[in-house]
Amino acid sequence: MSAAKGLVIIGGSAGSLDAIIQLLAGLKNRHVPPIIIVLHRKTGDDSTLAELLSIKSPVPVKEADEKDPIRSDTIYIAPADYHLLVEQDHTISLDYSEKINYSRPSIDISFQTAAEAYGKSLTAILLSGANADGTEGLKAVKACGGRVIIQNPATAEVAYMPQHALEKAGADLVLNANEIPMVI
Amino acid sequence: MDFQAVNDDNISILLNDLLEIYGYDFNEYSKASLKRRINRLFTLDKFPSFAEMRYTVRTNPEYLKRFIEEITVNVTEMFRDPSFYRVLRETVLPTLGTYPFIRIWHAGCSTGEEVYSMAILLQEANLFHKSLLYATDINPGVLERASKGLFPLSHMKGHSEKYIQSGGKKDFSSYYSANYDLAKFNSELSSKMIFSTHNLVSDHSFNEFQLIICRNVLIYFDKDLQAKVFKLFEQSLDNLGYLALGSKETLRFSSVAPNFKQLGKEKIWRKMA
Repeated sequence: MSAAKGLVIIGGSAGSLDAIIQLLAGLKNRHVPPIIIVLHRKTGDDSTLAELLSIKSPVPVKEADEKDPIRSDTIYIAPADYHLLVEQDHTISLDYSEKINYSRPSIDISFQTAAEAYGKSLTAILLSGANADGTEGLKAVKACGGRVIIQNPATAEVAYMPQHALEKAGADLVLNANEIPMVI
Repeated sequence: MDFQAVNDDNISILLNDLLEIYGYDFNEYSKASLKRRINRLFTLDKFPSFAEMRYTVRTNPEYLKRFIEEITVNVTEMFRDPSFYRVLRETVLPTLGTYPFIRIWHAGCSTGEEVYSMAILLQEANLFHKSLLYATDINPGVLERASKGLFPLSHMKGHSEKYIQSGGKKDFSSYYSANYDLAKFNSELSSKMIFSTHNLVSDHSFNEFQLIICRNVLIYFDKDLQAKVFKLFEQSLDNLGYLALGSKETLRFSSVAPNFKQLGKEKIWRKMA
């Protein structure tokens, strides 16, 4: 298992918050590549997730703004009710188009655009959830030569999303949440 | 890296066609979103090849309308971000109310949900009689729908909740009548609305306004185009006029920023110079 280069992008839905908190805590105080987190949640007070995670994370966390340059040692949270897209020039775009898989942000959109922008230097990680989101995105990551990591459905809080992705897209690694920091 | 049917080169070709044949310039739109929407449409309309799509866009003006409408994002709702509308009610409208006449520009209004929201606010503030709402968009099709004041009845529950959160005190359903699966908004609301096509990329200022509302439009533009549009808005605003943007958009880094002052943490700026 080797450390990630380029960009790390993490998608999660129901039951993934604890996994993300564990994962972030495991990063300790070392240098990490840029990390984008796309998490389904109820629309509502926007910034609370970024605030919560910044308390738990040793790496600075910010809610992504449109045109943000993607920089290492920074964790970007997709804002509620916008899709987050990764541009070829390694900046972030936001988009308020139709929901996909009943979701905005959509994990598929973020994974697909990140795959095109980062190619082989992308690591995409899909966590717990009760939705089919993420599977199409992971296929794109594979097609562009990136690395696919799926949370072990057996230990994920909700197995459906990682299981679905594992069956339809496949993974380079299947890991428990506490093992994921080792590959970032 | 490209796994999509319509690749980056194809998109440059299409954008060139749009500019040369029709005068639509999408070169300064954010690339990732544009590419996704063009590929989405390619699948939706079942084109056998990129060449076929290009041919249709070049030669069929009816299809062009659909093409422009589908590659731009036309998702909007009433009273989106209720806290924003609360600030309009409590801070902006009382100030505008001191003027003899109020001109408001909804730039990129899409199907008009925000324009109707504003008309409701103006009625409730007793300012409607002296207001005019200019609603513009690049797509003639969405403007036609907006002018009819017809919206899906199934969305009314959500709109009503946001209306109440924004400080609305009335029964929201008093603003429309149900007509099968559509809600028809009272025609009085649209009596003060003027709908017109306007392209923020290429068209100039056409009036002076006390309030410009342009929410979730600039996120699709690159920085250079954003800068141009901010200049256009500055020119189109009266001194002490207001500019309102979407919840993830900011004037902060633009060259006109020194001439504006932000109202608290809402995305509303007031022109000070």
